[in-house]
Parts: sequence; structure tokens; C-alpha cells
Amino acid sequence: MNTVNLTMAIVLGGLYATGFYLLLQRSLMRVLLGIVILGHGANLLLQLAGGSQAGRPPMLGDAPIERMADPLPQAMALTAIVITFALTTFLLALAYRAWQLLGHDEVQDDVEDRRIRRLEAELAEGDEETERELDSEATR
Amino acid sequence: MSELVAVPVLLPLAAAGLSMAFGRFADVQRLLGLLVLGVIVVDAAVLLYFADVHGPLVLHLGGWAAPVGIALVADRLAALLLLISVVVMFAVLLYSIGQRITDYGRGTASTTFHPIYLVLCSGVSLAYLTGDLFNLFVAFEIMLASSYVLINRRTTASRVRAGMTYTIVSLSSSVLFLTMIGLVYAATGTVNLADLALEMGQLPPAPVRALALLMVIVFGVKSAMVPLHFWLPDSYPNAPAPITAILAALLTKVGIYAMIRTQILVFEREPSWPLMLTLAMATMIVGALGALAQNDLNRMLSFLLVSHIGFMLFGLGVYDIAGLTGVILYIVHHITVQATLFLVSGLITRYTGTVALSRMGGLAKISPLVAVLFAVPALSLAGVPPFSGFVAKLALLRSGIGVGTVWGYVATGVVVLTSLLTLYAVARVWSRAFWGQVREPEGDPDPTDELVVGTGDTSPGMVQATGVLVLSTVLVAALAGPLAEVSQRAATDLITGEAYRTAVLGGDSGG
Repeated sequence: MNTVNLTMAIVLGGLYATGFYLLLQRSLMRVLLGIVILGHGANLLLQLAGGSQAGRPPMLGDAPIERMADPLPQAMALTAIVITFALTTFLLALAYRAWQLLGHDEVQDDVEDRRIRRLEAELAEGDEETERELDSEATR
Repeated sequence: MSELVAVPVLLPLAAAGLSMAFGRFADVQRLLGLLVLGVIVVDAAVLLYFADVHGPLVLHLGGWAAPVGIALVADRLAALLLLISVVVMFAVLLYSIGQRITDYGRGTASTTFHPIYLVLCSGVSLAYLTGDLFNLFVAFEIMLASSYVLINRRTTASRVRAGMTYTIVSLSSSVLFLTMIGLVYAATGTVNLADLALEMGQLPPAPVRALALLMVIVFGVKSAMVPLHFWLPDSYPNAPAPITAILAALLTKVGIYAMIRTQILVFEREPSWPLMLTLAMATMIVGALGALAQNDLNRMLSFLLVSHIGFMLFGLGVYDIAGLTGVILYIVHHITVQATLFLVSGLITRYTGTVALSRMGGLAKISPLVAVLFAVPALSLAGVPPFSGFVAKLALLRSGIGVGTVWGYVATGVVVLTSLLTLYAVARVWSRAFWGQVREPEGDPDPTDELVVGTGDTSPGMVQATGVLVLSTVLVAALAGPLAEVSQRAATDLITGEAYRTAVLGGDSGG
């Protein structure tokens, strides 16, 4: 029967909680940090998925087979780390580009939200105006 | 023979490197892309033929046998979807080459587009062919990473905003995917799909249900299932027409494919799956109503895409051979139709200079050809006979009636209602954009970006590429008989799962 490592469970919970908290922030830099931390959490989870022997060397010959760590999750975690790393770089570049173009790196509300808000504000003023506003939004 | 399975994955990756090296020679780059995709079309056709006649083709990479090593599997379903996807990719590449030549002349190349496009092709192929969960994750990452680049390339302010939403949502769903793989591995000790099916049977029902639900959520984000669809209508319409077309046609369908593959192969379930039927109904209705509220042509098409994802989920919810046959037919039809509609929308904006429906008009007089090119896929999407959508919808409706429960009848009614709403949505586009007064094209609102609109010049290349796709949707309708038979055999394979499992785990057909 596999046992659960309490320390690791708490660490994982902490990583996921911090990651999701940061993911919900407005600034893209914080979102990026959130994704990095979430990525660490996921990779650690993959490692621990190997069972209670995780942390020992996964090499033949160093230890008897039943005391060896499962190499498969380690290989998967390695692949996942590389992917997370590459995408973090891309997100950094995107944040820089957003800062260049917009002067900030805020993740903004989606188009539908902004349209509904504008519609509400302008319904009081008259329908003609609103139609034109919505059209010009659509062309962009 | 089984080496052919690796070709659609490896060839475009190798060609992407070459394409990068030939960045300065535009014509060589273009020719290389078309050549590679052409070879893969032929390869996929051969794979489909072999899988249909001799059973699934399996390639064990690196010589490790299945449960440990990586297996690529081409069964009927994978080969059929691969074939149709690559045909669409080929046509869209033709279109984008035509667009590039029209706008910037023959000499200038867009250095990044072609390599990234080939990488995207490799990712899509791997997602169809892979036989284990972790490789599915890798395939999704290859695909998504290249789609991030395609959406954010040559960014303007509005596209950066749209691209951010898309990138962040996709990245978080990838983390969730990774978490799901970790949990699956912890529970079963394997990620091989065929092996998972056996291991899952040994677990108590509670964790199995949790894992199944987690997979629904992960692939639900990828395939834009309501309520996880919110990112799609914001991110797709901002990219240039060919890119939107290829992302809309393929990425969500790969999500659906992954959902079907994992749910049916891995989990045991009785026919008719109420949760999936409910989600399918929500997706159909929300998407169709969203489409009706839009004034922007591309956003409307995106909402219709969401709505039609619901049709595929419906077939999965029915969960028997008839339902799955309907889904497979529907995916094949929808990949071609959705790509065509976005390409035509690209052509329309060239004549009007805007995507706002309320400011279009008289297109049928300006360009009758575009009107025809729009009408065929639009009617097909709405499911009007004799077009391809009708065949697929009929199959779905019959399977829905076959469920026999009240819930099944309600869901079938929703399918009919959504079809009518779709018809209304495309008829609205037709009456606003194609009929009525001829309007002067509007100027390009942002001349610095890559989108050229309102010029009214379309090159033969673009129109021909769209024409090829329209013809292929007609062909799908004309070949409905044999196609339905293949789909039915593929669906039977899926439900029984026996052929897949023996092919992967038996090791006798491994090269």
C-alpha cells in the first residue's frame, strides 16, 4: 500500500493555491509568475505519482528493483519542465510586447464585457449613437 | 509498413527546420510547405486504406514495447480525421500563399509563417496518432505553442489583448492536463491508453469517476465546451483569415477527438451519458444564441463554431455506435465547412473593408462567385439537404431518437432547434451582406498591420483555394455512403476497443 507523504501534500497544496491566486491577478507579470508556480506544482505532482520510492535514483544497479524510483514519471516531468520553460519565455516576450504597445501589461476585460458595459451606459443617450459605437468596435 | 505512421509527425518537423533555413527564398519555402503537406495527404490516405482493410497500424518508437514505450497508432478514426485535417491544411496554405502574393508581391516571404505552420501540422498529426496520454499532452503543447505564435504574430494592440486571453487560458488548461496525467499515473501506474483501459477497471468507482470528470474538463477547455468556451470568440476573430480558419477547423476538433478517444477507450459506461448530453445541450444553445447577438461576422462564426461543438458532444453523450458514427461524420463535415466559412469571411472583408454586418450590402452584385462560395458551406452548416451537414445531422438525430429516454428526446429536440437557429444566423448574414444596396468599401482601419481589407482585389489563388475547400465539402456529401460506412466501422472499433487494445498491447503488428 502506498503511503502519502504529508509534507509533499502540503507543499503541493501551497504551490497550487499560490499559483491560482496569482493567475487571477490583472498584471500579466503576476499571471506569468502564477503559471510558473503552477507548473512547478504540476511537475512535482508528476514526480510524486511515481509512488513512495520517489526521490531515490531511478538507475538499474544502484539499488534492487523494488527500492528503485519509477523512471517514467521522471522522464515525463523532464519533458514537462522543458515545455513550461519554453512557454514561460514566450509569455515574457508577450508581456514585453504588450508593454511596448499598450504602455502597461494588464490583461483586459474581454470584448463582450466592454460592449455590454458601453451599451448600458449609452442606452440612456439614444439608440443611434450606440449602433455606430458598436460598429466601430467590430471593425477593429 | 508501420513506419508510415511516423511520417505525418516527423516529416513536417524536419521540413520546418529546412523551411526556416530557406527563409530568404520565398518560393522555395512555399513549394516546400505544399510538397510536404501533399506527401502527408497521400500518406494519410494510405494509412486509412490499410487501417480499414488490415486493422490498426502500430509503431513502437525506440523499440520499447507498448505499456512502457511510446506507441503511435493509426486506426480508422485517427487516419480518417488525419486525412481530412491535412487536406484542409493544404487548402489553407494555398490560400495564405495566394494572399501573401496578392498583398506583398512574389518576392517577399513571411519568414516565420511557413515553419510554424508545419510545426502546427506535426502537432495535429501527433495528437491524432498518439497512443498514450502523455504524448497527447506533448502534441497539444506543440500545437498550442505554434498557435500562440500564429495568433500573436505581427501584433497590433487589439491582437495582443486577444492573444493574451488565449495564451493564458490555454496555458492554465495545460497545467490542469499535466495535473490530470499525474493523478492518472498515481492511480494506475500507466499512461498508455490501451493499458489504462484495463487498469481503470481494477479501481474503485469513485476515483475513476473523478478522473473521467477531470478529463472532460481538460478537453472541454480545449474544445470550447460551454461553460469553458469564453476564450474562443475573443481570440479567434482577431487573427488573419487563414490562421483563424485553420485554428477554428482543427484545434477544437482535436480537443473533441481527444475527449472521444479517452472517454470511450478508457472508461466503461452504459449507453446514453446524461452529463454529456446536458453539456451538449448547453453548448448548442449558448453558442447559437451568442451567434445571433453578433454584428461582427467573424465573431458570429466563432459562436457558431461553439454551438456546433455541441453537436459532436451530443453524439458522444448518446454513447452508442449510431451516435459515434454521427459524431465522426459530423467532425469530418465540420472541419471542412468551418475552415471554408472563415476563408470566405476573409474574402468578404476584402470587398467591404469591415466585418460589421450592418455596414455590408450588395455583395452578391459585386462578386457573385463569393456569394456562391459562402452559400454552399453556410447551407451545409445549417444542415439543409443535400449538403454534407444534412447527412451528419440526420445520423445524429437518428441516434438521439434511438436513446429512447425522455432526456434523449429533449436533447434531440435541442439539436433540431439549434439547426434552425443556425439557419437563421446564416440567413441573416446572407440578407445583410449579400442582398441590399451596394456599398462603397471602407478604408483599411489600420494600414500598418498585416490585414489588408477593403481593396476589393482577390487573387485567383485565394479564390481557388476556397473553391477547393467548397468542392471538398460537396465531395463529403457526395461520398456520404462510403464515408458513413467507414465511420460506422470506426465507431464500432471505438465502442468495442478490442482491435485497438490487441494491436497496441499484442505487439504482433509492431514493426
